[in-house]
Amino acid sequence: MRTTDHNQEDHSSSARAAAQLAPARAGGGSRRRSRLLQGVALTSVMTLALTACGGSAEGDDSSGGAAEGEDVTLSVTTFNEFGYEDLFEEYEELNDNITIEHNKIDTAENARDSLRNSLGAGQGASDIEPIEVDWLAEFQQYPDRFEDLTDPELEDRWLDWKYEDAVLEDGRLIGYGTDSGPQAVCYRADLFEEAGLPTEREEVAEFLGDSWEDYFAAGREFVAESDSAWYSGSDNIWQGMINQVEVPYQNEEGEIIADTNPEVKDLYDQLLEASVEDELSAGLAQWSGDWSDAFQRDETFATMMCPGWMLGIIEGNAAEVEGWDIANTFPGGGGNWGGSYLTVPSQGENIEEAKKLAAWLTAPEQQLKAFDVVGAFPSTTEALESEELLSSTNEFFNEAPTGEILAERADAVETQPLKGTEYLTINVAIQDAINRVDVDGIDDPDASWEKFVNDMEALR
Amino acid sequence: MSAPAAHAPVTTARSGGSAPEPRTGRRKPKVSFRHRASAWDRRYSPYLYISPFFLLFAVVGLFPLIYTGWVATHDWDLIMGQGEFIGTENFLAVLGERAFWISLRNTLSIFILSSAPQVVAAILIAYLLDYNLRAKTFWRMGVLVPYVVTPVAVALIFSNLFGDRFGLVNSILETVGIDAIGWHSGTLPSHLAIATMVNFRWTGYNALIFLAAMQAVPRDLYEAAEIDGAGKVRQFISVTIPNLRPTIIFVIITSTIGGLQIFDEPRMFDQYGRGGTDGQWQTMTMYLYELGWTRSDFGQASAVAVLLFLLIVAIGLVNFIITRRISSSEVKR
Repeated sequence: MRTTDHNQEDHSSSARAAAQLAPARAGGGSRRRSRLLQGVALTSVMTLALTACGGSAEGDDSSGGAAEGEDVTLSVTTFNEFGYEDLFEEYEELNDNITIEHNKIDTAENARDSLRNSLGAGQGASDIEPIEVDWLAEFQQYPDRFEDLTDPELEDRWLDWKYEDAVLEDGRLIGYGTDSGPQAVCYRADLFEEAGLPTEREEVAEFLGDSWEDYFAAGREFVAESDSAWYSGSDNIWQGMINQVEVPYQNEEGEIIADTNPEVKDLYDQLLEASVEDELSAGLAQWSGDWSDAFQRDETFATMMCPGWMLGIIEGNAAEVEGWDIANTFPGGGGNWGGSYLTVPSQGENIEEAKKLAAWLTAPEQQLKAFDVVGAFPSTTEALESEELLSSTNEFFNEAPTGEILAERADAVETQPLKGTEYLTINVAIQDAINRVDVDGIDDPDASWEKFVNDMEALR
Repeated sequence: MSAPAAHAPVTTARSGGSAPEPRTGRRKPKVSFRHRASAWDRRYSPYLYISPFFLLFAVVGLFPLIYTGWVATHDWDLIMGQGEFIGTENFLAVLGERAFWISLRNTLSIFILSSAPQVVAAILIAYLLDYNLRAKTFWRMGVLVPYVVTPVAVALIFSNLFGDRFGLVNSILETVGIDAIGWHSGTLPSHLAIATMVNFRWTGYNALIFLAAMQAVPRDLYEAAEIDGAGKVRQFISVTIPNLRPTIIFVIITSTIGGLQIFDEPRMFDQYGRGGTDGQWQTMTMYLYELGWTRSDFGQASAVAVLLFLLIVAIGLVNFIITRRISSSEVKR
């Protein structure tokens, strides 16, 4: 974005200069050819200048502070809500010589683009960069750009799958696990009550059932009695569904199978039938302005797929709204949505200090604190077994025992899908396909699927 | 270009003056050296003075430009860097993609929807500001205010105004009895919304440029026109517009360059910044960004940059020729 600002500055300064020139040139009408040439020259020179600027890379200021000496400034990038603000202060108090700069990015996709850019430019990455599980494989293609974080003392810290996902073929460790995303179902008890449905957590869990058919059937029952929709939009549900497919988009060899995989197509059809024909969806694209606004509206939606980190987001968007609760169930069994790793890019200047901080931030005690603040569910075995987690409740969600519920949802997770190098790109393409039908209403499911197939062809 | 021509008569005059005076062999080198040095000074120092710009331009403008062309002919990964030389393959791949043509359509459509009304509105606003208004500095500064707001902030505000469900624009339309418009789902509506942001930001700025040019129009032309019985409208068409010709050309060329490279506004138009689920408002620069940064294919991204460059030059020339014709025909009238 900074690049384009430059463009505009160029634009305006040359414009000013030319504006001063313009009246002076206003007289003659005879020298047409030379004026044409001037025009050509002006056009091409400015185009050259502007296009050239457009390609340059955006450099974030980071990695400040000298490596030697005592004072070290560490930069840490996060996206969405990691809940690290208080932890940074605590770490600074524990280590007098450390200052932490926090670079907070809005969405995971933007964080990914920014990291790609820094790796490409060979500079600009923070000392600690987050990688989400959806694009972990993608960055594992560049092992020499990241420090090996293997530490015998920490090997048993995380759940097995959480740890092994970050281990490269040659045995090096690319990142320390932060949170994980076991999903439950969040629901609006007040809307359930208006529709004459059960409102107690256990009863709701039973009512929702444990398959997608049950969940959609419950939805049909709800929308028949209510002005609100069953869920916010199909893309939210899709994340729940696709994270239960063992080999969704790319096979073991890395070939793209997303458009030929019958499992994916079946889920796509099932979801869009529920959204469009049964009108269960509110037709809101996740993270959009309309979506955030809808939490505060009367006509809204009643349920949501809820990984731990989503609790903080709902609470933020639905502030003052009473009735949110969380049910200990998940359609189709268990499912993990999201969760991240902290990596240390090799281009940083304070690698040793960065490793220490990354290890500290992902330690069980700190994971519990982050869970407390934003609901980021721990991925370390010690934190998962701790009394502190299991006894924790969430005031906003009607004092629900969120720690205990999510721990049980974590146990129910059976598959960790195989996420290939193109996982994020493909998932974005299929979410677009879904939203073309459910949100924009510009295509029917088949036409939209055709476009998705074309996208996959372009990607191959 | 004009510098040597301007200096030529001076040199001739000087050498003409000194020619009849016979020179001795002893004095000749000394005088001639001074003469030569001063001639060099006059002849070349202007170039020296303007050279920093061109040197700087060669480094930060020309080099990246040529390098972009170089990258476009290679298999080039954002992170892994240069790969094999593949000639025109990147260009063919890009030209064969539906998304490229959609982005071209969107770019041209947004460009026309923003530039054309913008120039017309800017001239009219400038004409009004040219009157003897009360507190004229206030009004003149006022039209510049939108320009001071950063494009990202403008985009954030407008994308909320243009929200599909709960946006202010749709609420107003609904109270008037018009159906809500899918600003983020339809192609033309999204272009209109983005063009509105661009116009909001740039109209006042262009109006000030026109105003500056209008104030340089000799007032006696208006007096003469008035004596000839021309009304305000006639004066505007026959006196103001023809005199603004160079400025109009300038404004159109700059807004062509800016308009075809539009990025901030469409990127900030929704939460994902990809240009819609179906590329409804994905412009060429956004497509370039997607290829380069999301798909990591710098070769294809550079190919798009080169194509965009050619497009801008072509449209700039067309613009230039058309404007020239329009305004010169008006001079004759």
